[in-house]
Amino acid sequence: MMNFIKFLFVGMMFGVIMTKSEIISWYRIYEMFRLESFHMFGIIGSAVIIGLLMVQWMKKQGVKTIDGEVIPFRPKDLSIPRYLVGGIIFGLGWALAGACPGPMFVLLGNGYITLIIVVLGALLGTFVYGLIRHRLPH
Amino acid sequence: MDWIYVSWPWYVAGPLLALTMFFLLVLGGNLGLSANLRTLCTIAGANKYADFFKIDYKAYRWNLIFVLGAIIGGFLSAQLLSNTQPIDLNPDTIEALATLGFSAPTTNHLPPEIFGSSNFISFKGALLLIVGGFLVGFGARYAGGCTSGHAISGLSNLQIPSLIAVAGFFIGGMSMTHLLFPILF
Repeated sequence: MMNFIKFLFVGMMFGVIMTKSEIISWYRIYEMFRLESFHMFGIIGSAVIIGLLMVQWMKKQGVKTIDGEVIPFRPKDLSIPRYLVGGIIFGLGWALAGACPGPMFVLLGNGYITLIIVVLGALLGTFVYGLIRHRLPH
Repeated sequence: MDWIYVSWPWYVAGPLLALTMFFLLVLGGNLGLSANLRTLCTIAGANKYADFFKIDYKAYRWNLIFVLGAIIGGFLSAQLLSNTQPIDLNPDTIEALATLGFSAPTTNHLPPEIFGSSNFISFKGALLLIVGGFLVGFGARYAGGCTSGHAISGLSNLQIPSLIAVAGFFIGGMSMTHLLFPILF
């Protein structure tokens, strides 16, 4: 129950940050892909630089979870087609719908009911991937 | 108290996102939103059709609770912290939107040309949104992560695969914006 409340609280923090910094805005995504604003690059860039220092520090200090478990930082297997082709498909959808898998839910919370269509599309895309994944190069 | 109503600048949002990731790691989770789409498919019964969905969804429940929080966070922002000013876009972006037939933004988030108004959406708009959503869901699982999982979590852990995925996000996104939008609109 305590963990439920903690994750819920961190999620609320995430939803507020996403909304207040306009990451959930279709317009901001369009502007980003036209390279006409620093806003989105500044957000991702500063999050990555701070995240990088933080992860290095956590590994060095051996920071554990609140339950005393080691935090796994698992390396991913290197593959070009999987990440490049998958990434391109994702990018096409991100620019069209203007929302990635976090913001589509935050927008729903903001009261934009039409985002249900995007969420259903994303669930369908995930399902179809699961059906045909063994036929795709990974 | 004005700062809470206006849009937050990048140097506030970026560090706060890193802090969100820190909280999730210390709680025993990680920052990766698209994994929830798989969990939701499993809960809906997709495990009957593909092994990919044969997962113990209880192990990922924390992430669904995180998303529930994100929806509530969005709701609270809209109710209590709402910014009534139209979004402050680059004038060049507004001009580019005009050439596609989009009016200058009067709100913060979504163009009515695609998303419709509060009680009406065109057939074309709905079709574009379902296709867009499909590509996001399919691409995220194929690439093994989305913006949060690859661009933030993955790059923070110096993962080369994540760098390739993020390059893919931008190749796809810029192709859509520059090459396909003039055809679609």
